[in-house]
Amino acid sequence: MDLHTVSTIARARHRGDLRALAPDVAPLAGGSELFAYPRTHLTGLVDLLTLDWPALVADDDGLEIAATCTFAELARMPAEPDWSAHPIFYQCCTALSGSFKIWNVATVGGNLCTSLPAGPMITLACALDAELLIWRRDGSDERLPAVDFVTGDAVNVLETGDVLRSLHVPAAALRSRTAYRKTALSPLGRSAAVLVGRLDADGGFVLTVTAGTVRPVQLRYPALPPHLRLRGDIDDIGTWFTDAHGAADWRRAVSGVLGEQILAELAHEGGSP
Amino acid sequence: MKLEINGERVEADVAPGESLHTLLRGREHFEVKKGCDSGDCGACSVLLDATPVHSCIYPAYRAEGKAVTTVAGLGRPGTLAPLQQRFAAGAGFQCGFCTPGMIVTASALGADDLDELPRLMSGNLCRCTGYRAIADAIRDTHTPPAVGDGHVGSSLPALAGARVVSGQEPFTLDVTVPGLLHLAVLPSPHAHARITSIDTSVAAALAGVHLVLTHADSPSTLYSSARHENRLNDPDDTLVLDPVVRFRGQRVAAVVADSVAVAEHACRLIVVDYEELPAVFDPHEALRPGAALVHGDKDAAAARLADPGRNLVAELHGEYGDVEAGLAAATTVVSGTWQTQRVAHNHLETHATIGWIEDERLVLRTSSQVPFLVHREISRIFDLDPARVRVFTARVGGGFGGKQEILTEDVVTLAVLKTGRPVQYQFTRTDEFTISPTRHPMEVQVTLGSTSAGRLTALRLRVLSDTGAYGNHGPGVIFHGCSESVSLYSVPNKRVDAECVYTNNPPSGAFRGYGLGQVIFAIESALDELARELDLNPFDLRRLNSVGPTDPLVVTRVESADLIIGSYGLDQCLDLTQAALARGNGAPVPPGAHWRVGEGMASAMIATMPPRGHHSRATVTLSPTGSYTVGIGTVEFGNGTTTVHTQIAATTLNTTADRVEIRHADTDAAGYDTGAFGSAGIVVSGKAVLHAATALAEKLRHAAAARSGLPAASWSLERDGLRSPDAFISLTELAGPDGLLAEGEEDGARRSLAFNVHAFRVAVNTLTGEVRILQSIQAADAGVVMNPAQCRGQIEGGVAQAIGTALYEEVILDGAGAVTTRVLRNYHVPQFADVPVTEVYLATTVDAIGPFGAKSMSESTYNPVAPALANAVRDAIGIRPHELPMSRDRIWRLLQS
Repeated sequence: MDLHTVSTIARARHRGDLRALAPDVAPLAGGSELFAYPRTHLTGLVDLLTLDWPALVADDDGLEIAATCTFAELARMPAEPDWSAHPIFYQCCTALSGSFKIWNVATVGGNLCTSLPAGPMITLACALDAELLIWRRDGSDERLPAVDFVTGDAVNVLETGDVLRSLHVPAAALRSRTAYRKTALSPLGRSAAVLVGRLDADGGFVLTVTAGTVRPVQLRYPALPPHLRLRGDIDDIGTWFTDAHGAADWRRAVSGVLGEQILAELAHEGGSP
Repeated sequence: MKLEINGERVEADVAPGESLHTLLRGREHFEVKKGCDSGDCGACSVLLDATPVHSCIYPAYRAEGKAVTTVAGLGRPGTLAPLQQRFAAGAGFQCGFCTPGMIVTASALGADDLDELPRLMSGNLCRCTGYRAIADAIRDTHTPPAVGDGHVGSSLPALAGARVVSGQEPFTLDVTVPGLLHLAVLPSPHAHARITSIDTSVAAALAGVHLVLTHADSPSTLYSSARHENRLNDPDDTLVLDPVVRFRGQRVAAVVADSVAVAEHACRLIVVDYEELPAVFDPHEALRPGAALVHGDKDAAAARLADPGRNLVAELHGEYGDVEAGLAAATTVVSGTWQTQRVAHNHLETHATIGWIEDERLVLRTSSQVPFLVHREISRIFDLDPARVRVFTARVGGGFGGKQEILTEDVVTLAVLKTGRPVQYQFTRTDEFTISPTRHPMEVQVTLGSTSAGRLTALRLRVLSDTGAYGNHGPGVIFHGCSESVSLYSVPNKRVDAECVYTNNPPSGAFRGYGLGQVIFAIESALDELARELDLNPFDLRRLNSVGPTDPLVVTRVESADLIIGSYGLDQCLDLTQAALARGNGAPVPPGAHWRVGEGMASAMIATMPPRGHHSRATVTLSPTGSYTVGIGTVEFGNGTTTVHTQIAATTLNTTADRVEIRHADTDAAGYDTGAFGSAGIVVSGKAVLHAATALAEKLRHAAAARSGLPAASWSLERDGLRSPDAFISLTELAGPDGLLAEGEEDGARRSLAFNVHAFRVAVNTLTGEVRILQSIQAADAGVVMNPAQCRGQIEGGVAQAIGTALYEEVILDGAGAVTTRVLRNYHVPQFADVPVTEVYLATTVDAIGPFGAKSMSESTYNPVAPALANAVRDAIGIRPHELPMSRDRIWRLLQS
């Protein structure tokens, strides 16, 4: 929809241009979230796309994903030979309730910064133990684990003037095996629970629980745990919530079911990759 | 900035926060529709350098240097792309508002994508069709109909098809009006409050503001937003602007300005002081002594309210036979309480009106199912000479009962009369959730008594309906809800106690089925329970107890003689459905012991038109060029009436459909018509067309007789003229320079009954509560089917809407009158992936009342679906759902108990 109160759009070319950000001046990436609701508190936008960040850069250390990388770019990213985790990128894109047309504009960073419980890029970043690079307003850089980025329902660590620059996925995570499950109140509806299991080369297992909890939760084990233990640990999570997309008690229960399926899938194909 | 639109290079000025959608519509690319303005519905989809995007959330300035393709860029009438042709030929749309976006999106898919249609089309919502016909059009698996002359019985496609699929058929706001002003409203933040002061001075002084309206400007005439043939059916409790607000979101003030932006800005500058009043949100609470009174100030008689001192809008208490005795005589008694939810219509075109003054007359171009009733009531509210008011519709983008209301026309009229300027008011999608009436939530208690052989001895019904802050359709919905649902069964003893109450929740209103869906959900669930108790097949229980073709129709007394069973196909519907269910469809049950399979069915009956009169006056004119024009007041909003009216005229005049033009839905251009509700499009308006066409045919025979001296009876009509055994006279000759006109009328004095039976086979996941539909079957008794493809579409669309009600949809309130589901992404309208293909079967009957033996088939298709699904779930999991929607979390919770 038209953002009637927005009277300026600055096209950022350098990091210094981000100093224009203010309580009433927001960063604009794909726009699919910003333009979806009235934003009468805004008078200006700073366009991040004009910074021309390369969307995806792979090297020996892993993969750097620009905050401005679109879902479409991520979904069609080709696999490197040893990226056994590659399917998880596309799978997490499919957890977005928006259509493939939204994929053409919505960005990885925008999804993280919106910080909804159902944000699938939050799931992805956490599941792969990505490290986020934040450009702080004062010019400093800060790196933090993805799981620490979202602090509540639509709340994150960013303050006015901060910008999420990129995500770095470590090479080891790319070489892990992943299993993905999503459920909602309807076949393709907004996620009520999205869980990703990751089995590392060293046998370690990480279960990332999202969408059913206000912020992502990770359960870590040195090896694939027994079903009952995993189920119990999921049950013990205390941050399930209720909204139009599902009741808290149900989200907890189905997350348990999905967690067990993930465990079975990863165990079935013979332990570590 | 420069860009290319459909191959044309253009230079555009773009506001910083403007969406591409606004840029395109501002350049009269009206084919780009606004359904949600938030990227959820897909009606605004366009290609940007071949990449499909939702233009409503795409920043316009980013289109610089790019090539935009809208649906009109894919093809126009005469040069339609094959995909567009398939949508037109295969009934791939009904109202057509979603169609441009649907086609643009599908145009971006390749052959490899067809298996993934459910995911790829998830961002395009259709509220009318149920998607089957859309899938067939995209996959090129549709069956092009053999139309021939387009007579009754053929699947003549919609006449506007080529224009709809290319976005060239104008809807309400698809027009440029010079000097147009825009209206925005200030909503109430309180559920119940008295406005103690309003300061509009700063708002009025804002540049671009033309007018600020408050309750001081409002006419003092009370009215109802609900519209019926008889205005006394609905309570007069509403003002254009009221000094007391009774629900959150109710309009407090309105601003008219040069743009929506300025009008909204000015609304934020209005300072209002409120005195908050006690409020009530629970319908039980509302009836208790001492409850806050929503309309305690109203005069019961003048407003036509049962008891405003108890928040009671309407009530129905009556008994036939002796229910206590009937229950005492029963060997088996079942009872239960069922609860239904608020459902939002979500017609893709939101409510909208443009008003202006022309030749000293008020003209309203509005998205309405009832232009003539709007005409009448607007004239009354504003004390205008009806001759100086014109109301008309363009093509209307869906209604489902939601546009049997005055929601935008009243305040637009006030603004136009005060400014003398053209004014537009368009609801947002959020307005549709928060201030447009929803389906009435109802609590329904049913008790059934039966002999051991399965013969019902008693039926007791208690209903409590929450009509919200304004009475609106509340009385009609509760009366209708308790009628055919009850009279469907021959029971010697029946009792109904129904109450409709005010609360400070947002208003409820008319919605497909008009109360029947809610009550049928409960009664058909209770019957299913009874069948289980008796170990009887549920089909057989219906056969034992359903009203027969010659039985009296009884609710709490024998229904009035205007309602008759003009044809009886319930027996066929039961047989067809049961046979299809027994046959199965081979759909595999998902693997695993946690999937349980069940079957369920339910019946429904509905009168083929509303009671107490539904009027239509049609004209058919033979033009000097030899073609026919039908003038008819009813509205086309996807129901397909214009197509059927064309078929009726073409058949009666023995011409071809392309020789018939329809002019409709305009108080200046057509005779009076009560409107497009209560399934009246075929059986009332269609009958008026039939009468007019028959009269014209007779007139033509007499004209030929007068000219030839041969008897009138010897002449028969052909496409180009009249033929007798030895002579031929062309139509142009008979028409003469002035043409020939005949009129026809229908008053709805006699009504028939239509039947629908639905069955499902489902699998339920006991671990997650997921309900998967394995087989969906509906058999319908529509009498003689005038247009099979269209009738199938109405059934499929009604089923899809009902599956939404049964499994997904709910307008959720916070307990204090605030809607929390305010956008489509928080309210699940069925998507492509959610709707199974329904097997449709048609009974063979010939109705004694409807034109050509036809009956209506639009609302009724919805009514048996939710209980059939609930009964199948019960069969699968052994626990009966009592609450809608049967969402996964609710089903899962049932399984925990």
